[in-house]
Amino acid sequence: MKKLLTKKNLAALLLIIAIYALLFACDHLGVFNRQSKALLVPIGINIMLAVSLSLLVGFLGELSLGHAGFMSVGAYAGCMFTIHMDLPMAVELPLAMLLGGVVAAVFGFLIGIPALRLKGDYLAIVTLAFGEIIRSVLNNLGLVGGSGGLNGIPKYSNYTIVYVMMVITIIVIANLVHSRHGRAICSIRDNVIASEAMGIPVVYYKLMAFVAAAFFAGIAGVLYGHNLGILKPSTFDFNKSIEILVMVVMGGMGSLPGAVIAAIIITVLPEALRGLSDYRMLIYAVVLIAMMLLNNNARFNSFKQRLFSKRAARQGAQLTKEGE
Amino acid sequence: MEFLAQIINGLSLGSIYALIALGYTMVYGICKMLNFAHGDIIMVGAYTLSVAMSTLHFPPFLSILTSMVVCAMLGVIIERVAYKPLRNASPLAVLITAIGVSYFLESSALLIFGSTQRNVQSAISFPSVQLGELNISGNAIMTLIVTIILMIGLNWFINNTMTGKAMLAVSEDKGAAQLMGVNVNFTIAITFLIGSALAAVAGVLFISSYHFVGPYTGAMPGIKAFVAAVLGGIGSVPGAMLGGILLGLIESLAKAYISTQLADAIVFGVLIVVLLVKPTGLLGKKITEKV
Amino acid sequence: MALLEVKNLGISFGGLRAVDGFNVNIEKGALYGLIGPNGAGKTTVFNMLTGVYQPTVGSFSLDGENLTGKSTLEIAHKGIARTFQNIRLFGKMTVQDNVKVGLHNHVKYGLASGIFRLPGYFRDEKYLDERAKELLDVFGLYGERDYLASNLPYGKQRKLEIARALATGPKLLLLDEPAAGMNPNETGELMETIHFVRDTFDMTILLIEHDMKLVSGICEEITVLNFGQMLAQGKPSEVLNDPKVIVAYLGE
Repeated sequence: MKKLLTKKNLAALLLIIAIYALLFACDHLGVFNRQSKALLVPIGINIMLAVSLSLLVGFLGELSLGHAGFMSVGAYAGCMFTIHMDLPMAVELPLAMLLGGVVAAVFGFLIGIPALRLKGDYLAIVTLAFGEIIRSVLNNLGLVGGSGGLNGIPKYSNYTIVYVMMVITIIVIANLVHSRHGRAICSIRDNVIASEAMGIPVVYYKLMAFVAAAFFAGIAGVLYGHNLGILKPSTFDFNKSIEILVMVVMGGMGSLPGAVIAAIIITVLPEALRGLSDYRMLIYAVVLIAMMLLNNNARFNSFKQRLFSKRAARQGAQLTKEGE
Repeated sequence: MEFLAQIINGLSLGSIYALIALGYTMVYGICKMLNFAHGDIIMVGAYTLSVAMSTLHFPPFLSILTSMVVCAMLGVIIERVAYKPLRNASPLAVLITAIGVSYFLESSALLIFGSTQRNVQSAISFPSVQLGELNISGNAIMTLIVTIILMIGLNWFINNTMTGKAMLAVSEDKGAAQLMGVNVNFTIAITFLIGSALAAVAGVLFISSYHFVGPYTGAMPGIKAFVAAVLGGIGSVPGAMLGGILLGLIESLAKAYISTQLADAIVFGVLIVVLLVKPTGLLGKKITEKV
Repeated sequence: MALLEVKNLGISFGGLRAVDGFNVNIEKGALYGLIGPNGAGKTTVFNMLTGVYQPTVGSFSLDGENLTGKSTLEIAHKGIARTFQNIRLFGKMTVQDNVKVGLHNHVKYGLASGIFRLPGYFRDEKYLDERAKELLDVFGLYGERDYLASNLPYGKQRKLEIARALATGPKLLLLDEPAAGMNPNETGELMETIHFVRDTFDMTILLIEHDMKLVSGICEEITVLNFGQMLAQGKPSEVLNDPKVIVAYLGE
């Protein structure tokens, strides 16, 4: 217990409570208008999606273009459950989240299997294909409403529930990453041959990463469905997967705080640009390209390093020393 | 007869996929990047054709040529502006940039032409052929002929011209090619130019059969062609041709005999199965890492 | 009984016999050298001994247990660790974490302990930190423990690779050209470290080197490979005077 009460953990706990208190106060003091309040739940859900995908892309180093697929199977499973069960919300929603998470995790496992054989771009295209198959099947499955969508989902999600689930997701994934299991996952990313030669069970950890990432994407999907009250297969298309991927990449690969911030920005940005209506997508596209070009600009990077990170600066100094 | 008709349908659809897939595979071979914006070049090609024909009243042949030139230039410009600065960046950064370019093209089209689809008259019409009970549409014949000519031409170009050989060299080893005096920047530009011009042709052929173009017209054929390229083994030119044709056949047979709605799912499913058996596609090179 | 017994090991790629009839017995605690000109098949031997390639013929056993046909992972678990000719560190992880990946199987705390920070996590991580410090100290890398491995200078990267391999707690350590790319000073220092490792950890070491002089300086016994065939075997002083070996290295 004592070890859990370090300064760092206490600070994190305080931050978690403070952010919630701030949200709560803003809500009750009427600071939020309807649009901004309606954004809170999507922000939380997108953070969950970005953080879970980060485990795959940032830490395991496998490109996935089908994260929306995991989200959708979780969403449909969880929402079908609440539609057909007649239990109080306090029982129903947690069970639905668990079910959605588990169903998505099963799919994560199935997609993890090709990941054992395929590399890089080939795996990326398989995840893309997986997402498209899911969408195509959902579109034609009368049981879940087909392309018309699944209606009548109770609107259980609110920002408190989403906030709690988001915090849990971040803590679980951050703790996982900073354990021996997370180190094993990162070692696979950096050099799979060395990883195996050091006795890391690569198969096990690849599957674990896919299962864990899919599990949380599934829960995010359940919350998504219970926020809107309707699920449409077209929401979970390739572009949604890309949107999540952009959050991870923009946040800086392998950085969880970065993923969180990027998720917030990317959720809020389109709303903030609502006044520009038709130009919104164009601006998004330009920002996206500009970000990537800037991120890979040597001069900009060294500026960023000087600005942000002492460690990076020290490493930079080491590098220049080597260069001499 | 029904079956034969479906096969011809599939071949003609597959030829279009193959033409687009060639652009994916050539660019991947040379830059090792997935150019997700390539599908949208088809859309640009189709819009250009439509503007050239109905607004500028160009004759069909000139319209097609205009469309090819516009797309080729666009391809080269995209490479210069967006991809060239990222040549040594992580593949993921390049991928996201390509997706950004794709969104850019789509939203530009949306702003210029609006969201309603534009009706485009065929640039060339070809009489349909009656073989006994079998009626082969003129479009299918035209598509097949054009594709075969272009593919033979491309194969000849790659294997017999200096530029083509330079392309092969750059795809093997960019650094070594440069040391041997190959102008890498020029070669990459040519690759984008050819790939985009082929996509324009694919756009023209696509529009001859479907008659409508909207801002997102290129997205789905783009993804399918991408799948075709991977199916055949991305980076391999014959692979793209084979993958495209196979994909077209699978799609039209699935539509005819299994389910129209699930055809896409079947196409993607086939891809996954093929990759599980042959992890680098049908004609892809096996990659072995030296330890 | 020798720790590592290799019997008639061979491998073909296509029709090409890359290594043929390789025999060696390495006693526990030995410092053994494998030398030969470029392309002689030295690294291929290492790749067979670590399951990266499966031998076409022959067998090898560690501590009396036959390991032929086992996977890289199984062999790692059985106690053969290696370094790589082209350095394969976990570049985006810190120096300390590189070693801690090597120590992965020394602690057993599960997923739940890691995620929920149960007591086992803290106990085991503390143990790992201590072990990592010991190992990094041996190679003088503890001061750089928070650097990313890819930011280390070349010589230190080679050392870190040895530290990481040692961390797995192997019975046999395979070093693939540990001194490649080092200047004579660094090489001398490295050779001392290798000696030190053998003595302190009671380790058995098989190392590949290009440079015959270096190998003869520290190895008690060597085998010379040429075109996949064993050319000579024995004490360095005898082997290096063998006319066949001289021809292989210097030509007729």
